[in-house]
Amino acid sequence: MRIVIAEDSVLLRDGLTRMLTAGGFEVVAAVPDAAELLKAVAEHRPELAVIDVRMPPTHTDEGIKAALVIRRQFPDVALLVLSQYVEESYATDLLSEATSSVGYLLKDRVAHVRDFQDAVRRVAAGGTALDPEVVAQLLVRRRDNPMDRLTPREEQVLRLMAEGRSNAGIMEILKVSPSAVEKYVTNIFLKLDLPPTGTDHRRVLAVLKYLGS
Amino acid sequence: MGAGAPHSARPMILCTLDVMVWRAIKNALAGLITGLAGGILLLGLLVIWGSALISLVDGPGGWEHATLYVAAVVLIPVVLPWLVQGLTSLQRSRLLATLDIEIVPARTTGRASWSAGPWLATGTWRQLGYHVLALPAGIGAALLAFLFPVFPGLARWSIKTDERLARKLLGPTRRERLAERVESLARSRADLVAAADAERRRIERDLHDGAQQRLVSLAMNLGMARERFESEPEPVREALAAAHDEAMLALTELREFIRGLHPAVLSDRGLDAALSGLAARAPLPIRLRVDVSEPAAPGVEAVAYFIVSEAITNVVKHAQATRAEVAVTRVGSRDGDVLRLTVTDDGRGGAAAGGGDGTGLRGLTQRAAAVDGTLTIDSPPGGPTTITAELPCES
Repeated sequence: MRIVIAEDSVLLRDGLTRMLTAGGFEVVAAVPDAAELLKAVAEHRPELAVIDVRMPPTHTDEGIKAALVIRRQFPDVALLVLSQYVEESYATDLLSEATSSVGYLLKDRVAHVRDFQDAVRRVAAGGTALDPEVVAQLLVRRRDNPMDRLTPREEQVLRLMAEGRSNAGIMEILKVSPSAVEKYVTNIFLKLDLPPTGTDHRRVLAVLKYLGS
Repeated sequence: MGAGAPHSARPMILCTLDVMVWRAIKNALAGLITGLAGGILLLGLLVIWGSALISLVDGPGGWEHATLYVAAVVLIPVVLPWLVQGLTSLQRSRLLATLDIEIVPARTTGRASWSAGPWLATGTWRQLGYHVLALPAGIGAALLAFLFPVFPGLARWSIKTDERLARKLLGPTRRERLAERVESLARSRADLVAAADAERRRIERDLHDGAQQRLVSLAMNLGMARERFESEPEPVREALAAAHDEAMLALTELREFIRGLHPAVLSDRGLDAALSGLAARAPLPIRLRVDVSEPAAPGVEAVAYFIVSEAITNVVKHAQATRAEVAVTRVGSRDGDVLRLTVTDDGRGGAAAGGGDGTGLRGLTQRAAAVDGTLTIDSPPGGPTTITAELPCES
């Protein structure tokens, strides 16, 4: 899989390159800022871009802005945004335009090498990888609420869905049987008034509803 | 003309005179000249104004005359405050030249009331009084000056009286001095708050660019090592795992610390975004309502953020609450808009601003006061507790 990395710290840029290369990915470019990132994406057409939020020149949210530009110009490039802090307002910006092939993770997560590599694969395959902290923050902002109809357990399952977990993953984390997970998921669809079409599509809709967008 | 070089400055015949006496004589003479100039000017204007007024009432007819009288009657009071100002600076320069006394005009408050209307300025009437007194006083002092060489005490008394009178009538009043002092204190405090805020941002940036990146890199390397050496003997794996876990812990602690210094999102996205992050990270459910039409000054927003942050920490530590509510609104008041923060919890109450476990709350009160804000705590035993802070939006 071909990847472009945008990260202003040389140390981390090199570290990420090494770590992804070791994981079997091909890092085609590693750049220090948003302008270089857009250039590299246009040139290499990678399958995924790993983007730091805070980059020169203003050191605020360049990464989010660049990610949104990439999504508009190159919709088939998956986006994995890394941030030293997870902030709901950045996540909202990102998710308002990108609801699939997108991830938003705390930078610390790169240290859990295997999980991080899994997240890269998941996002590149069209899924999502939201940091549990992002999900928690979005939950605070939830105002409307068919969500109130969910039991705490169902909400927990939905939360894991939003993080991008499959049924098998949820089963493993909650230590419940496959049929129990099926039941929770079906109940969630039912309570959120989601039409019985393909499961994957409904999963995405449920997550979107959950994120309040 | 200081006491340092008196000899070269006076005629030979006066060589035996005491420095102080010589100075008093010079001052009396200068005072006579300035007093005469001012007195004659003011008296002259008074005479012209009075006769113009009388002439207007029952003087000879003719519209040319009437116009002239009206002009004199109206114009003299209008220009008088400026004349008074001119005379005042003349007297101030005299005092500086002969007695080395500097009478500083009332700065800010004086100017402010002057722009409201010269006659309403507090200084104008007092200064006019001084210039009226200066004529008889000047003549009196000049006459007494002949006695100065014989009675040095008299010379000293004349200098003292002159100075006291000038300070009272030409300098700022006690109220003006206090107002100036308050203003300068408020300014220097605002500067201090802003400097501390800027310093926190700088440290945040430095840590973010330096230690934090290095620590992420370290943790990642340890993570990679942990994966790679999975088949090594137990002690190696254990050591690596411990190092990795510790690095992750250090990373988390450093992040919390840096966020406590100054949350980057506060500068980028404002109070609303920063508070929602804060609410989400709290270990108890917090309902957040932010209704702020336009952002307050950055320093004020930082204080607001820290007050809410510290209040929530207090709720978590002490209140035994199951939920909390944070509301931030911008409300208009007489002295400009204020940011009103309320943090309410359903805990056991009994919180107090001072003493006991209330040190955190005392800190909050100080934070609010630093930007001229207020903070009140309502916490009856048994709860609920409400902390309300009001911060002026511009600092």
